Amino acid sequence: MSITPDNRAAVKAEAARLRDLFEAAGAVPVETSVLQPAGTLLDLYGEDIRARAYVTSDALRGEQMLRPDFTVPVVQMHMAHGAEPACYTYAGEVFRRQEDDRDRANEYLQVGFEMFDRRAPEEADARVFAVIHEAVKHLPLQAVIGDIGILMAAVDGLETTERRKAALRRHIWRPRRFRALIERFSGRAPVPESRAALLAVKDPMACDAPMIGLRGPDEIAARIRALREDAATPPLAAREVELLDAVLAVRETADNALEHLRDIAVDMPAIASAVEALAKRLEALERAGVAPHSLEFEASYGRTQMEYYDGFVFGFSVPKRPDLPPVATGGRYDALTRRLGGGHEIPAVGGVIRPDQVVALEGGA
Amino acid sequence: MSVKIGVPSKGRLMEKTFGWFADRGVELGRSGEEREYAGFVRGVENVELVLLSAGEIPRELAAGRIHLGVTGQDLVREKLGGWEQVVEEVELLGFGAADLVLAVPQAWVDVGTLDDLDAVAAAFRERHGFRLRIATKYHRLVRDFLRDNGVADYQLVDSQGATEGTVKNETAEAIADITSSGDTLRANHLKTLEDGMILRSQATLFRSRRVAHDPEDHAALKALLETLGVG
Repeated sequence: MSITPDNRAAVKAEAARLRDLFEAAGAVPVETSVLQPAGTLLDLYGEDIRARAYVTSDALRGEQMLRPDFTVPVVQMHMAHGAEPACYTYAGEVFRRQEDDRDRANEYLQVGFEMFDRRAPEEADARVFAVIHEAVKHLPLQAVIGDIGILMAAVDGLETTERRKAALRRHIWRPRRFRALIERFSGRAPVPESRAALLAVKDPMACDAPMIGLRGPDEIAARIRALREDAATPPLAAREVELLDAVLAVRETADNALEHLRDIAVDMPAIASAVEALAKRLEALERAGVAPHSLEFEASYGRTQMEYYDGFVFGFSVPKRPDLPPVATGGRYDALTRRLGGGHEIPAVGGVIRPDQVVALEGGA
Repeated sequence: MSVKIGVPSKGRLMEKTFGWFADRGVELGRSGEEREYAGFVRGVENVELVLLSAGEIPRELAAGRIHLGVTGQDLVREKLGGWEQVVEEVELLGFGAADLVLAVPQAWVDVGTLDDLDAVAAAFRERHGFRLRIATKYHRLVRDFLRDNGVADYQLVDSQGATEGTVKNETAEAIADITSSGDTLRANHLKTLEDGMILRSQATLFRSRRVAHDPEDHAALKALLETLGVG
C-alpha cells in the first residue's frame, strides 16, 4: 500500500502522531531536501542504489537522487551544525524505484527518530528501540533484533591474514560472496583454474597483449604478490568455520540467543566483548520495559538490506506475511558516519516507521 | 482490427525473420519503395506487419500496441521490468545469437573470474579514489548480474556504441557488451571472464500479454500461431 487519495488524510495524520510522539521523547524536528546529490549516495552504497533510487540530473548540479531515505542528509546536517548529544525527528516522503514488482510502493512517508550520542551506546540503542516500540505496540507485530557487531568481531577473531579478514568484512552485507570467500579461504572450494595457472608460471606478468587502460602494471604486480601471499596462507581451520557458522545460525528469542552466544564465545573469545555488549543492551531494553524473551534474535538479520548498519539492528514485521514490508526498521550506523565524516565518527543509532503500513494494519487490511 | 506483428525494420535480423516465417508458410515483406517502412503479409488472414527498430519492439509489446514481436531476449530483459508478466516467449528463432559478457583487458593476467574482478575493484577504488568503471548500455542486466554475484565497488558508465574502445580511451576499466564471435573483443585487447556470461540471447518471437482482448484478433492470432507451428 502507498499513499492513495482514499487514505492520504489518515496516513498524514498518523505521520503527525508519530512525529509528535518522537518530539515528546526529546527529538528536535528537522527537514531535508527531496533532491540529494547522487555522488554521495553512490559512493556509500555503490551502483546497486541506482536500482533502488530515482536518478535525475541537470546541467548545473549533475546527477541528483530523489531522497531514498533520510539517514544520509540528517547525518550530514548534524555533522555540519549539530552539537552532541543530539536527537532528531523528521517526517516526509521517500522514493524507491521499483523495477520488478508493481505492487510495491515507489513513494511513501517515513517518520524517523535518530540519536547521536557517544556516551553509552547500548543505552542509546535501547532508547531508540523503546521509542519505536512504544509507537507501534498497539499493532500485532513481531520484533526481530540482530547485531552486525558480533559478526564483525567473529571475522576479526579468525586466525588468518588481515587481507582475508578485510575481504570478509567488506562482504558482510553480501552473504553469497561472503560464503564464497569462506569456502575458498577454508580450502573447501577449488582454486579457479586461471588463478592456479597464473601462480604456476615463472613470469606471470609476461603477456603479449598491450597494456591498455588506467590500471597499471604496478597494480597488477601488487595483486599477484597478494595472490601469492594468499596461496601460501594456511586454510582457515575447520573448527573456526564451524564456530562462525554457529554464530551466523543463531536464531531464537533474545534471552536464549544471549546464552547460546555466550556458549560459543567460550570457544571463540573474539566475540566475547560484542556478546557482553548485547547483554548490556538487553538489560537496558528490560529497564525500558521491553522483555528480551519477547524479541526474536537473528544473527544474520540486516545482512541483505542494511549496509552500513554495523551494530544493533531491528525490525518490526507482520508475522507470517513476508510479502509485506516491515512497519519499522532501524539500527546503529557508526560506519556510515565514519565514511561521511572522512574518518571522523559520530556514533549514531536510529529507526523509521512507515505510517502507511500502520494505517493499513489498523484498518485490518 | 487485425493482429499486428512487429519485426525489425532492417538488416540481417529482418532478412532472417522474413526467412523464418517463409519457411513456415507465412510470407512477410516490405512493400513499395526500398525506403518505405510498410510491409505485407501473405498466407494468413488479418495479420498486419509493423516494421520497427529492434530496440523499440519491447516497448510496443509492453504497451499492447502489437500482438507479436521479434526481437532479442537481451533487449526484452533490459527494457521491461518483470518481463515475464509483460510478454511470453513463444519461440526461440535460432538466429541473432548475442552473448552479453563482461570483459577486461587481456593484460590483466591476474583477473580470470568475477571473484578477481571484485578484489581488483576494491584495490582500484583505494588506489584511484573512484569506483572501477564498467562501460555498457545494458545497465539493468549488468547491475543485477553483479549484485547477484556480490561484486562491489564498481560503477556503470553509459556507452551506446564503440564500447570496446572505452578501455583504451581510459573512460572505463572494463566493459559489458554483446558479442557473437569475440573477434571485436580480441581486436581491442580484451578478454571475457570465465564466469562473466551475463546472458545468452537470441532472436525470439514474443507475444504481448497486454493487448486488449478482441474475439476476431484472438482467432486470427490462433490461426497464425498454428500456421507457424508454435501455437
